[in-house]
Amino acid sequence: MALLQISEPGMSTAPHEHRLAVGIDLGTTNSLVASVRSGIAEALVDDDGTALLPSVVYYGEGKTPEVGASALENFSKDPLNTIASIKRVLGRSAKDIQSANDYIPFQFENNSDSVPRVKTALGPRTAVEISADILLALKQRAEKTLGGELVGAVITVPAYFDDSQRQATKDAATLAGLNVYRLLNEPTAAAIAYGLDQSAEGVIAVYDLGGGTFDVSILRLRKGVFEVMATGGDSALGGDDFDHAIANWVIEKLDSSIRDDDIAMRRVLSSARQAKEQLTSEVSTVIKVANHPDLELTREQFDLLINSYVKKTVMSCRRALRDAGIEKEDVSEVVMVGGSTRVPLVRTQVEKFFAKAPHTNIDPDRVVAIGAAIQADILAGNKPGDEMLLLDVIPLSLGIETMGGLVEKIVNRNTTIPVARAQEFTTYKDGQTAMRVHVLQGERELVSDCRSLATFDLTGLPPLVAGAAKIKVTFQVDADGLLSVSAQEVNTGVSASIEVKPSYGLTDSEIEGMLKASMDNAQQDMIARSLREEQVEADRVVEALNSALAKDGKQLLEEQELEKIINQRDALIAARHNADNAELIKQAIKNVEAASEEYVARRMNNSVRSMMKGHKLEEFEK
Amino acid sequence: MSISLTESAANRVKTFLEKRGKGVGVRLGVKTTGCSGMAYTIEFADEIEDADTVFEENGVKILINPKSLVYLDGTELDFSKEGLNEGFKFNNPNEKDRCGCGESFTV
Repeated sequence: MALLQISEPGMSTAPHEHRLAVGIDLGTTNSLVASVRSGIAEALVDDDGTALLPSVVYYGEGKTPEVGASALENFSKDPLNTIASIKRVLGRSAKDIQSANDYIPFQFENNSDSVPRVKTALGPRTAVEISADILLALKQRAEKTLGGELVGAVITVPAYFDDSQRQATKDAATLAGLNVYRLLNEPTAAAIAYGLDQSAEGVIAVYDLGGGTFDVSILRLRKGVFEVMATGGDSALGGDDFDHAIANWVIEKLDSSIRDDDIAMRRVLSSARQAKEQLTSEVSTVIKVANHPDLELTREQFDLLINSYVKKTVMSCRRALRDAGIEKEDVSEVVMVGGSTRVPLVRTQVEKFFAKAPHTNIDPDRVVAIGAAIQADILAGNKPGDEMLLLDVIPLSLGIETMGGLVEKIVNRNTTIPVARAQEFTTYKDGQTAMRVHVLQGERELVSDCRSLATFDLTGLPPLVAGAAKIKVTFQVDADGLLSVSAQEVNTGVSASIEVKPSYGLTDSEIEGMLKASMDNAQQDMIARSLREEQVEADRVVEALNSALAKDGKQLLEEQELEKIINQRDALIAARHNADNAELIKQAIKNVEAASEEYVARRMNNSVRSMMKGHKLEEFEK
Repeated sequence: MSISLTESAANRVKTFLEKRGKGVGVRLGVKTTGCSGMAYTIEFADEIEDADTVFEENGVKILINPKSLVYLDGTELDFSKEGLNEGFKFNNPNEKDRCGCGESFTV
């Protein structure tokens, strides 16, 4: 018979309707799947009892793709068809990959297509397809272990992943046949695994040192909402560097010719790795290399070898705190993630830096997947209603371009998602029948300083006088941080919309840079903004005046009066183009208004008179 | 009237309760649903209700309400592993027939 799990009170499911949900940590080096069973979140293991699935896919000629440890075995004999570290290129364009300094261990097809495809013996594959193969392997493991079909999954992504990287992750999951409840930031997942979302407030530092990458995230928890204050790290620093440090030391001690021998080198690296793991619990270990005397490596010596790497990570923590604008003392909890945080020196240095014992109880390899599983369990509806649903926030403000190259923010940074916000805009010129909506991301005031996400045109607007059309622009950000924008003319209902799938991504350091620039340049931005605003206003005044003058300037004005207005108008045009001071333009606008006051009054009278012509007074009294 | 549980089931229940951090025991029951009439339920229990019959074995409290008890009398709760899958199993002498998938039964 079916095997049952203990449910929360009143939450038993009907037969065949078990709400099986999983959390997936799709990692650069390794991936994992976890689920909540009988109230406990656990990583799910494969037939061999291993939880970690190497994020490696082998595309052998004439074979079905292999994923994980068996794929990894092909690395030495068929490296070009064994694809590892695909996460480094997920959601990135070819141009983006070229400009990145990361070493990418595979070859791309040469084509003009903006989506890069990896060459394999089974044909070209996109990063989304390769990631989907990894996710599919995890899905199959979960369905076998849980004994049924999954209703949904929560997949984790690095906090610095931008829209296109998140979208690509979601696409990969859909391709693998997973129903994605939502994407969750990795550091947030780790904090949830430790139950930190249950406390009311606090600042949490998440230190994530994996095999090849290092990330530090500063999160602020406020009323059950995690806000990413800052992220930092090094995409080419991790436990592999520790292995190489030991290997180099061994080679120096023994025989430098080992370096030239690939196979011997690989053996030394693997003994180095073993030594590193042993030194987590032992104070000294022996490294054996064939045909050479045994070497003793003490923890003290090991600490010296890796000290510079660990120092670098601590520097990143310091920088992240500075970016977040907080002091070390403000950090209430420190969470350790990633296998390399087992290294004693890493723990002591992190503890020393934050002056606080970090959370280390949960297996650091599994903690992210476990947090995701807890979230998935709640989203699947397996918890009673009082459980809080965790929300995320958007990392950078979203807005549209308005006249003068200014950015009007519609959704502010750190707004909790999902969110929908609308704002009304209008036309700028008489008879304007189209409007271009330019969607931007960033904190700065000018379009040129923000990142352009998309543009689309709203056409078919009714030709009205400037300012009469009402165009409602709606921004919607779903629970995964993905954006759709729509624009609608309120009176006629014509509309246009776009889903934002940016063609290339921002790195974490770019996001950091953008945030920092908005702080550093706040003063200039304000000045630039008010200048642009006055310039736009000046253009509008000139435009309106010209159109009025063309219509009835000659009839209503004496030559002298007309000349006075034109003089002031020309002075305004000159000020608008030459002045770099908003006040001067403002004054010139006032001068024009003063000069044309009488003209405006006459126009009013005139239009009232023409309106009433042919009507009786009584008609207006009704 | 008796309900029993195997040692492995008792150990698992204890661990789950401990990790959950609250709860007085587990509540077993039957629900009239499923393709063959009845389905078993197993839930954490946060309080004992007046009508409940409480069985205690290997330090674990089992709570059953009278409506379910008539169907479950004599049942042994077991915890077993089948390949990668693991979970609780009801060995119920009252069971006459069950649906192909084994999730529901008739008495």
